[in-house]
Amino acid sequence: MTRRTLAVVSAGLSQPSSTRLLADQLAAATRDELVRRGAEVRLDVVELREHAHDVVNHLLTGFPSASLRTALDAVAGADGVIAVTPIFSASYSGLFKSFFDVLDSGALAGTPVLVGATGGTARHSLALEHAVRPLFGYLRAVVVPTGVYAAGADWSGDTADGALRDRILHAGAELAEQVDRRPASVGPADPFALTTDFAQLLGGGREE
Amino acid sequence: MQFGVFTVGDVTVDPTTGREPTERERIKAMVAIALKAEEVGLDVFATGEHHNPPFVPSSPTTMLGYIAARTERLLLSTATTLITTNDPVKIAEDYAMLQHLADGRVDLMMGRGNTGPVYPWFGQDIRNGIPLAIENYDLLRRLWREDVVDWKGRFRTPLQSFTSTPRPLDGVPPFVWHGSIRSPEIAEQAAYYGDGFFANHIFWPKEHTQRMVGLYRQRFAHYGHGTPEQAIVGLGGQVFMRKNSQDAMREFRPYFDNAPVYGHGPSLEDFSRETPLTVGSPQQVIDRTLGFREYVGDYQRQLFLLDHAGLPLKTVLEQLDILGEEVVPVLRREFDSLRRAQVPEAPTHAALVAARDAAAAGTGAPR
Repeated sequence: MTRRTLAVVSAGLSQPSSTRLLADQLAAATRDELVRRGAEVRLDVVELREHAHDVVNHLLTGFPSASLRTALDAVAGADGVIAVTPIFSASYSGLFKSFFDVLDSGALAGTPVLVGATGGTARHSLALEHAVRPLFGYLRAVVVPTGVYAAGADWSGDTADGALRDRILHAGAELAEQVDRRPASVGPADPFALTTDFAQLLGGGREE
Repeated sequence: MQFGVFTVGDVTVDPTTGREPTERERIKAMVAIALKAEEVGLDVFATGEHHNPPFVPSSPTTMLGYIAARTERLLLSTATTLITTNDPVKIAEDYAMLQHLADGRVDLMMGRGNTGPVYPWFGQDIRNGIPLAIENYDLLRRLWREDVVDWKGRFRTPLQSFTSTPRPLDGVPPFVWHGSIRSPEIAEQAAYYGDGFFANHIFWPKEHTQRMVGLYRQRFAHYGHGTPEQAIVGLGGQVFMRKNSQDAMREFRPYFDNAPVYGHGPSLEDFSRETPLTVGSPQQVIDRTLGFREYVGDYQRQLFLLDHAGLPLKTVLEQLDILGEEVVPVLRREFDSLRRAQVPEAPTHAALVAARDAAAAGTGAPR
C-alpha cells in the first residue's frame, strides 16, 4: 500500500473558523478518494494562526523557529497540498502569503495543490482565480482545475448535500488523481546538500 | 586554540540614550577594542569589510596596519574580506604588505558579502557571487605563490607577466579561512584548497553550522588534506555577560530588541534558544561555548561578537575584561584537555614557514 502525505494549510483566524472547516472537508474528500485508490493517507494540518509570530520572525531573521520549520517541512515534503485562505481586501490574507513567502523557493515545484478560499459573500469568489491560483502558478505547483470558494451562505443550507458539497468532492477527487499518478514524495529538499564539486565550480568560471 | 573578537563595524544608535557615535568615534572604538583584546590575553582581532552606511570599515588593511603598529602579539584578521567585489590583485598586494608590517601576524577570512546594490558599485553582479568567489580566490592564490603570473578569466582584465609586490613574507602567503552561513559551495572551496572554514555561528541556528562544518570536514578529507578531524574550523559566537545572569539580560535587552539584524523580531529568550547567542553569567558563557564542540568537533578558533547594536565602548571593554579574566582562561584549559591528539592548532605564520621548510628538507627540494 502506498503511503501518502497531504499537508493542509489553513489561514483562518477565528476559532472555530470556516476556513479551517473548508480545509478539513477538502482534506477528507481527498483522503477518501486516495484510500479508495488503495493508498494509506496521513494528514498534516498547519494552522497558520499558531505560527503567525514565527512567520514574521522568519521574515526578520531569515530563519524559521523549530516549530515553523516542522510546518514548512511538512508542506515541502507532502505529496499534495490543500491551501485555504480567507479573502481579505480582494486577495489572500497577508499571513497566508507570508507563509508561502518564507517557504524555500522551489519547495512546491511539481506538487499537486488544491486551492480554497472563504469569504462573507460570493462577491469575492473570483479572488480565488485571480489571486490565489497565480500565486501557486508562480511557485510552479500543479494547481488542480477546481478551486473551491465557500461564502457564508454556503454553510447555512438545510442539508450538507448542496452545490458546495459537490464541488468539494469534485476538487478532492482531482487532487487525489494528481497525487496518485506521481511517485511518493521523498521529503523536503536538503538546502545543505552539495550538488556540485570543485572541478565543476572552477571550470564554470573559466574561459578555456 | 585561538580566541578573539570580530566586529562588523556598524554605527548604530545606542537605544538607551538615543546617541549615535560619529564615524571617527566608531573607528577609534574598533581600535580600542583591538588593543584591549591584546591586553586581556586574546589572540585574534578580525574586522569586517563594508562599503555602505551604517558601516565604517571600508579599508581593513589601513585599520589593521595601524593596529599592528600598536600591538605585539595580536593576530590580525578579517571577517570578512570581500572576495567578490575586491580585485584579487589588490587583495594580494594589500595583505602581503600588511604581512610584512605586522611581522606575519595576519590571516584573512574570505566572504561574499550579502547585499545586491554593493556589487555594481564595484563593477560586479550579485548573481555571479559564487563564480566570483571561486575565480577571484583562485587568482589570489596564484598571485601569492607564483612570482610571475599570466592569467585570463571571466571577471577581470587579463594579466601578462604580472608580479604582485611585495611578495608574501618569507615566501609564505597568509593563511586563509572561508566564511559562509549556508552555501555548500564555499565549504567545498575551503576543503579543496585545505584552507580553514569559518562558520558565522551568530544570528543563525546551530544546525546551519553543524551541517556546513560537517560537509567541510568530509570534503577536506576527500581532497587528501588529512582526516575530517584535522580540518581547520573557526566559529563565531555572540555573548553578553554580567556577574548575575538577570543583570546581563536586563542590560542587554534594549540593545537586543532594537538591534539592526534581529531587532523587533523574536524575543531575547527565543533567540537565545534558537541561536548560539548567550546572555548571562561568565559561567553560562563557558558552558555554552564548550558545548559548541559537541556539534562541530574539536575546532581551532573561537571569535566573539561583542560590540554591535549600539553598545557603548565602555561596556564592550568591560565585556573584554570579563572574557579575558574569567572566560577564556577556563575555555583554553577545558578545550585543551578535551582535544583529541591528532587535531592541529590553527596555522600561524611561524608554523606555516616551519612546515614549508620541513617539507623542503624532506624532499631535498631547493629553498
